[in-house]
Parts: sequence; C-alpha cells; structure tokens
Amino acid sequence: MLDYTLLLVLSGCLVLGAVAGTLGSFAVLRKQSLLGDAISHAALPGVAIAFLLTFSKHPAVLLLGALATGWVGTLFILLITRTTRIKHDTAMGIVLSVFFGLGLFLLTLIQRLPTASKAGLDKFLFGNASTLLRQDLQVMLALGGLTLLFVLLFWKEFKLLAFDPDFLHSLGRNTLTLDVFLTTLLVVAIVIGLQAVGVVLMSALVIAPAVAARQWTDHLGRMVALAAFFGGLGGVLGAVASSSLTNLPTGPAIVVIISLMFLASLLFSPHRGLAKDWIRQRKHRKEIHANQVLVALFMLSKSHGSRYYRHSLTSLQAVTPGSAEAGLEALKKRGLVSGSASGWKLTPKGAQEAEQAAKHIYGEAP
Amino acid sequence: MHPVEVADLTVAYHEKPAIWDVDFHAPAGVLLAIVGPNGAGKTTLLKAILGLIQPSAGTVTIFGKPARKQMHRLAYVPQRGSVDWDFPTTVLDVVTMGLYGKLGWFRRPGKKEKQLAMLSLEKVGMAEFASRQISQLSGGQQQRVFLARALVQDADLYLMDEPFIGVDAVTEKAIVELLRELRSRGKTVVVVHHDVQTLKHYFDWVLLLNVRKIALGPAQKVLTTRNLQKTYGGRAAFLNGNA
Repeated sequence: MLDYTLLLVLSGCLVLGAVAGTLGSFAVLRKQSLLGDAISHAALPGVAIAFLLTFSKHPAVLLLGALATGWVGTLFILLITRTTRIKHDTAMGIVLSVFFGLGLFLLTLIQRLPTASKAGLDKFLFGNASTLLRQDLQVMLALGGLTLLFVLLFWKEFKLLAFDPDFLHSLGRNTLTLDVFLTTLLVVAIVIGLQAVGVVLMSALVIAPAVAARQWTDHLGRMVALAAFFGGLGGVLGAVASSSLTNLPTGPAIVVIISLMFLASLLFSPHRGLAKDWIRQRKHRKEIHANQVLVALFMLSKSHGSRYYRHSLTSLQAVTPGSAEAGLEALKKRGLVSGSASGWKLTPKGAQEAEQAAKHIYGEAP
Repeated sequence: MHPVEVADLTVAYHEKPAIWDVDFHAPAGVLLAIVGPNGAGKTTLLKAILGLIQPSAGTVTIFGKPARKQMHRLAYVPQRGSVDWDFPTTVLDVVTMGLYGKLGWFRRPGKKEKQLAMLSLEKVGMAEFASRQISQLSGGQQQRVFLARALVQDADLYLMDEPFIGVDAVTEKAIVELLRELRSRGKTVVVVHHDVQTLKHYFDWVLLLNVRKIALGPAQKVLTTRNLQKTYGGRAAFLNGNA
C-alpha cells in the first residue's frame, strides 16, 4: 500500500506537471518559451517578500507573493517592449536577472534573521516535492483546477490569440486583455510548481512537455492534452526518482525525465521525428548513388561500342564516387545489372533505364 | 455614411511618420485599391483603420460609427506571412475561426459552423483540402484559406492586406473573381495592392499613397502619369507606357 505522504507528493507533482504542460503548450505556440523562465525567476523575490511581511510559511501566502512578483515581472517585460526600443528577448533577460538577483539577496537576508521559522525557503531554488503538505496540495489543486477551467472556457480565444492575434482583434475581441489573462494563467501554472520543482528549472516543465507533444500531433486539442499527460507523468516519475535516491532534489529529477521524453519524441515521432527523416535521407542517398553507378556503367559500355560490355570492378570504381560494389549489389537486386567478381554488365532492362537516366543528366543523346 | 471614412489620420513609429494627415473614404460597393511604393504606409493605414495601430491623430469611422464598435461588420484578411503556418490545426478549423466573433464567448463551433466553413471553402476551390494540416499548403492555397475565413464572416466591408502577393496566376484570377462576386453583392472591398499594371483591370477606385495621400477617386480618373510620378517619384518613368 502506498503511504499517505508519498501519495500526497505524487498527486502534487501530477497536478503541477499537467497544468504546466497545458499552459506551456500555449507559451510554446506563441513563441514565448523563454517567458516561462523569466516568470519563474521573477517569482523568487515574491516568496521572500511574502515571508518577510508575514513570517508565515503557509503555501497560500508564499504563492501569493510569488504570483505577485511573477506577474509584475511579466508586466515589466510588456512595458519595456512597448515603450522603449529594447527587444523582447533583452527585456526578458533584464527581468529574469534583476528579479532573481533580488530574490537571492532577500533569501540570504532571511537566512540571517534570528527567527526559528526561517528554514526551508531555499527549497524554492531547486525544489523539494517531499516537503509537500496537505495544505500545499489543496492550494495547488484549487489554483491548477481554476487555471485549466479557464483554458477550457476561453479555448477559442486562446487558440486564435496564439495563431493570429490581429485577426482576433478584427473580430472585436480585446487582445491585450486576453494576452494579459493567458499570461496570468501561465504565471499561476508556474507558481504552483515552484515549491516542488524550484525557480531555476521550472521553465523546463513548461517547455519540454509542449515541444514533445507537438512532435506527435497536428491537432491543438490533442497537443495540449498530450502535453498535460507528459507533464503529469514526468512529475510523478520525477517525484518517485527523487524519493528513492537520497538527496536528489525533485526539480532536477523531473527535468531529466521530461527531457528523456522530449528526446524520444524528437527522434521517434512518426511524422516530425528525426529518425524517420534520417532513414528517408539515407535511402534516398543510396538510390542516387546506385543510379550514378548505373549511368557510369552505361557510358563506359558506350565508349566500348557495346551496351552489354562486361567491366571489371576496378575500372568501374575508377569512374564512380563512393563504393561501386555497394551500388552494383543494389542494382543487381533491382535486376538492372548482372555479374559477379569476374565483371559487371547491364541487363536489357538496366540499359533502358540507364539510357533514360543519362538523357536526364546529359540532355538529348549523350 | 461611407463604409469606411478616415479623417486627418497620422501614424508615427517613434519620430518618423508612416502616414501623414491622410483623409480618405471608400464609397459603398466598390473595389478600392490602396497603392504606393514600399514604405508608403499602405499596411499601416489598413492596420490603423482596424485599430491594430494607435494613430497619433485623426479618426476612423466604419459605417458612420467609431471602428471599435463596428468590428462585426468587417472582415480582415491579414498578410499571409503574418502567421506561423506550422500551427497545429487544419484548413477547416482556420476557416471556422471566421465565425468565432458571431459565436460569442464560451460557445464552441458546431455542425452548423462547420457546414458554413465548408461552403466558404468550396467558394475558393479548397473543399478537398478541408482536413489538411495547414503546414502542407502552398502559398496560393494559404491565401485562399485566409479568403475563405473572411468570406464565412459575411461582412459588409472587407479589408485585405496584399492578397495577391506570392500567388500563382490561377489563384490571382480566382481571387479577382471572388472580389467581383463580393462587389456584385454590394460589399465594399479595400485591398492593399502593389502592382500598378493590374490596377485598372481589377479595381474601380484607387487611393494613391506615399505617406501622404496623393490622389483618391475612380481608377480611370486617378491613374494619370502625373499622379503616378508623384506617388512613385522618379521610379515611375518605366510605368508611363502602361499606366
């Protein structure tokens, strides 16, 4: 039987992974992957400030602080991009480093305070799911559930906001409000994962499940569902890994597992996978090479006055790039050449194809 | 009450004005082209009409009321290159997006909406591509999908940004047919266009623009050598024969 604490931790990681995967899908499709990183780092000073103001470590209090500065950081990015000539990526860089620096500074201050309840805030750096309590899970469930509900309710608008915001505007919708709303939901999704995953690595949980899911489907609904699944599964497996290895923080464990899912998707997904591309390319290259050998054999025979002149492998190798033998074996399988170690010649079918290929390469009558 | 009326419109990006003190209107039921050289502010003018760009000065009214309140009466066809065609969605789904405004908040498109979208796809000759992923479309097909999305809106005023760019001759002809069909149904169409050669054949009215308004009126009257030279500067020399 699963013990209560472990069940609590697993449910927490499931929720935060699923919510991050869902909102991450929209962030990735809107080309805002790095925004997640900026937000999570910007949330750190909020945790510290909330603690300094209340001396409470109740999750609702700390997450509210994280929410506040995460949101303010996002607003800063928007403000900087809209009012100055500083570009989006630079604005994100500025907010990320400034807020994170401030957060570390405040955390250090808190460590030096002579209060007894100060300990434990540093788990927000790399995450520690094993410290999740019942009240943490309650907050995560409430906020995460609300976030997912909003995504469902505003599905049409969020889809169009990601695909064609100018068109959404032309339908009479206020895109700025919707943009701020969706980004706020992203802030929430990130903030509920901070305690378990940590500010440093939280962005991976936003980006990786979404990118992995995109590999498998061309349908937005399925992509979001799959990203939520990947995120949830990664969260659970990461939590299990970190609880079975002593001193392994949850954040890195989750990120390593999610990265493996991402890598597998990148390589082996049916339509967009690299492995399929690679196999196709290799097949193609082999075919082209075999054709080159065929034409070389044809041209060589022509210069001897007979289409079916038998050539030694050495003389063929001299006029073909790569391995002539490999090409000849492939051609033999297709019934275009006949021969063996003693010499190679075209079959009638091979001569016909070679003539056509030669015409294709050299134009009329070579 | 014109379908679209612009008064004293100035738009500036940082210090440099993109369009300067432009007045213009489109009469009901015309095909109007906005023409001018690169950087003349054609797209900027269209975006300012839509409220996508905040003007520094001036007003835009659509059917006599502020544009913001009249969005349901217009349909916008953005430049094809303005979106990511690798977005995970299908042709039919993109066309259905044209109905999101009418659907209102929280309602999902249903059977009726899909049927309307299919009809619209048939009009642009893309019905057989309905379930295709949009990343597998050619440039001309992408443009047709965008047009179908605007058609399904059944608006009174159509605003199109360079619908002829990068499409083949067949698609260009099909688009012109569509524009004429819209006109015959009393719709007004404003098109950002770049090809002076085809102006007279495709459009009734022309706005010549180069940051400032150069001329506005019926194509036959406006397209004089003098006006074109004023719009294009010295570069208009090669156009004299045809214009």
